[in-house]
Amino acid sequence: MTASVFFGCTFIAFGPAISLFLFTIAREPLRVIFLIAGAFFWLVSLLLASLVWFISVRISNMDNEAQQKGLLIFGVVLSVLLQEVFRFAYYKLLKKANEGLLALSQEETMPISIRQLAYVSGLGFGFMSGAFSVVNILADSVGPGTVGIHGDSQHYFLSSAFMTMAIILLHMFWGVVFFDACEKQCWWAVAAVVISHLTVSCLTFQNPEYVASLVPTYVILFLMGIWAFYSAGGSLRTLKLCLTCKDKDFLLANHRPR
Amino acid sequence: MDQLSTKWIIHLLFSLCFLGVSCNSVGKKIYVDLNNTVPCVRLLNATHQIGCQSSLSGNVGVLHVLESEENLDWVLDSGPNPPYMVILETPLFTRSIMMKLKNGSSRVAGVAFVVPNSNPAGGFSPHTSCPNENSGVYTEGYDPTLANCKNTVWNPLGSGLSYEDFDFPIFSLKDDNDTEVIRQCYIVHNRPVNGSTPRYPLCAMQLFSHMSAVTNTPTCMRRNDINFSISPEYVCDPLGDSNVWGSSRPLNNTAKGHKMWESVVIAAARLDSRSFFSNVAPGTESAVSGFVTLLAAAHALRNATQEAQPNRTILYAFFQGEAFDYIGSSRMVYDMEKNQFPLDMDNIHSVLEIGQVGLRSDSKLWLHTDPVSRRNATVNKEVEELIENLQLVARELNISGEEPNLSQPLPPSSFQRFLLNRPIPGVVLEDHRSEYTNRFYESMFDNREYLNITYPPELTPEEQLEYVTDTAKALTEVATMVGRALYKQAGGEDSQLKNINADSQIVTQMLYSFLVQSNNSWLQQIISPDSIGHLNDRPLNLYVGVYQQASEPTALVHHLLANLTGSVLNITQENCNNQREDEEDKESKHMYYYIWSQGAAPPNSTERRGFCVRSTSRVFRALSPAFEEHNYTNKAYSTWTESRWKSIRGRIFLVASHELEMLTLGVGIGVLLTSLLLTYFISSKADILFSSAREPTNATY
Repeated sequence: MTASVFFGCTFIAFGPAISLFLFTIAREPLRVIFLIAGAFFWLVSLLLASLVWFISVRISNMDNEAQQKGLLIFGVVLSVLLQEVFRFAYYKLLKKANEGLLALSQEETMPISIRQLAYVSGLGFGFMSGAFSVVNILADSVGPGTVGIHGDSQHYFLSSAFMTMAIILLHMFWGVVFFDACEKQCWWAVAAVVISHLTVSCLTFQNPEYVASLVPTYVILFLMGIWAFYSAGGSLRTLKLCLTCKDKDFLLANHRPR
Repeated sequence: MDQLSTKWIIHLLFSLCFLGVSCNSVGKKIYVDLNNTVPCVRLLNATHQIGCQSSLSGNVGVLHVLESEENLDWVLDSGPNPPYMVILETPLFTRSIMMKLKNGSSRVAGVAFVVPNSNPAGGFSPHTSCPNENSGVYTEGYDPTLANCKNTVWNPLGSGLSYEDFDFPIFSLKDDNDTEVIRQCYIVHNRPVNGSTPRYPLCAMQLFSHMSAVTNTPTCMRRNDINFSISPEYVCDPLGDSNVWGSSRPLNNTAKGHKMWESVVIAAARLDSRSFFSNVAPGTESAVSGFVTLLAAAHALRNATQEAQPNRTILYAFFQGEAFDYIGSSRMVYDMEKNQFPLDMDNIHSVLEIGQVGLRSDSKLWLHTDPVSRRNATVNKEVEELIENLQLVARELNISGEEPNLSQPLPPSSFQRFLLNRPIPGVVLEDHRSEYTNRFYESMFDNREYLNITYPPELTPEEQLEYVTDTAKALTEVATMVGRALYKQAGGEDSQLKNINADSQIVTQMLYSFLVQSNNSWLQQIISPDSIGHLNDRPLNLYVGVYQQASEPTALVHHLLANLTGSVLNITQENCNNQREDEEDKESKHMYYYIWSQGAAPPNSTERRGFCVRSTSRVFRALSPAFEEHNYTNKAYSTWTESRWKSIRGRIFLVASHELEMLTLGVGIGVLLTSLLLTYFISSKADILFSSAREPTNATY
């Protein structure tokens, strides 16, 4: 649809992710490394899931519509479960790495906390997931045509971009909540993360009813955001403090020698 | 790892490779590719460029189906969504509409012409009204009253569209399912209802036909010579192919130049045609009628010229590239002048050319001559003798051969290039008295439907091959007449004339091969094994094409002439391919040409039993002398070249309004800026925001 749509959709899909990367991750090399490792873990999970799906499609009957639809649902569920398994595997790897890093480093404290790792790994998952969701759609949006000649909805590019933005942010929130729950051995929270991931993925089966898939996704995004905020250590009090700009006085006032 | 698991891994990897590399499914949602498109390409000559051109990234335009000439107003003035891609049907593909579109070309992105399934009523000729007017013999110097068609306009229906330069692409589409999709798309999205402007999204089409060459031939040949890289990029190629010639008596091909005591009667016909769109040139009346008649006449003369040889030799010449300023015939005259041909201009006694002979009405054939050369008494006497011979043989066959007005010049014909060199007696046979009876001269509609070559519907292709149509019978009569006239002109005895008869079976088989499909059992037997690729399942395309690429009819006519005038020899394939009759033979290759034909498979096996045909039929190159001498501004010879291109295709899709696109960009920039601000704010206050969970006891922080 020309360059303006291409840039518009790219900014919508990757805007929050790019700004997060620029301001919080780009300056710290350790965070960059863990971001990329997280992206790689997501990629491996996708590879395994797609291998299974590809083989099952080859075996199946190509003409049976219901069977193909069923296989697609199976593929999506499998992919979600594999992604969460790999998130857990990454968590375990990071815990081991942390202990090793502590043993090697000269300082007494960790160079990077597990909470920061949670955020970074979630964002890594999000980047790669977003890239795979939307890059081929962006490539086709550069051409002169828009979707619709066969009767599909015209808003394909826009809704794909918004969905991708939601997914990237959701991965980040899921990462934070997941790692925190694993730290505290809170298994119901882990299950809730998995279930909400499944819900969001299955909501996309509503497409082309974009309203029916985007609105609940954004609701879930908002709720997960709040949960992640609380697990990361935020609270209503700190939010109020931040917004009313009383932080400096607060620090000085509350600083008590321990 | 043991053998089995290695095998499984290899199988797995292999199956991964066949991932069904299908098209991108998002692309399939957006674009519908057009399958059978024929573009108009750019041709250049010494001074001009003609044809069509698209921009490098294709021309995009909103579809508009033109309903009438008044409807052009929507495209050129009042339509709110320029540029437009105009879809035309046949009645509207006229010069006035195309010129208006050309002048309003800032609002016109391209034209797509829907080819009807049957020929239009009336006529349609995109060629000029005076074909080859600058390369024939009638110039201001030869006779000012006859130059530039002042005396007779040969092609009055000619609109000259083929020689205009358009800067938008023009494609032709077949009237099939793809075109139905286009029409539906237009009706659903684009058609203005009750004068209201149609709302976005609108149906649009993109056509790619970017041509590399510009301006004229000297420019593009100069650009061809630029050698900056190891693999040089050529932008254009000269038009040309090969001429076919054969003789009734073997001539020494290796001894070039004048042959003593040899006096030749040239029987000429043209092999090529053209149309507005490239590679669609059926040329039925303009070319096929002529050369099929000459081939049949050559076949009829085979026995007579071997048993009772006439005094003079008959030379059968088939010229390629005649539609483009006489490439083939000018090359033959040039070769004769430069002693590169086994004969010389002094050896020529007379010329009989067969022009368009397919549309005879009232069984009349017209014998055109050149009035200027006939002012010379000797030439006039020879011409009158030739005409007398023709009229004599015609009378016996119940054809009336008449002369048109004696002050009328020759129609455009290869004979004019011979006259340009020196006055030679000659006659051009045509089926029209003054202007052409061919209403579709050099257009895509000059096909077998125009000549009424139809077969009963229940026949199989093999039966159609053998079925003798009325047109075939008519052409057989002309071929018999030509054969007898040539024999008489060559000094043969009158008593032999009644034995010269053209075979209508051969004529109808030839017509089937050239006009319906060349991949049939008869041609498969005649053709040699390396030329099988020239056989197709569709009517032949007679466009001469670029010199490097073999044109379709040349190989077929070469093999046919060999088969119809030569004799079958019992020699091995190896000897045949090496142009010798046995191991020690070094002389035969000068006089004869040997072709190994595939032959037929005997009933019980599938292996074809080939045979060797010895004949005098050869090919020689038909490239304009301008390209031999590298003088591209020389107007004396043909300087036509064809541009090169990278990709030619088309596709249709929907376009969204500009406002929606800008809105998307605006929303994107807004989201980016908002998220940048928010992130900056959060990250600068991160200590405060996430401080409440700080517990001094936990060492992991």
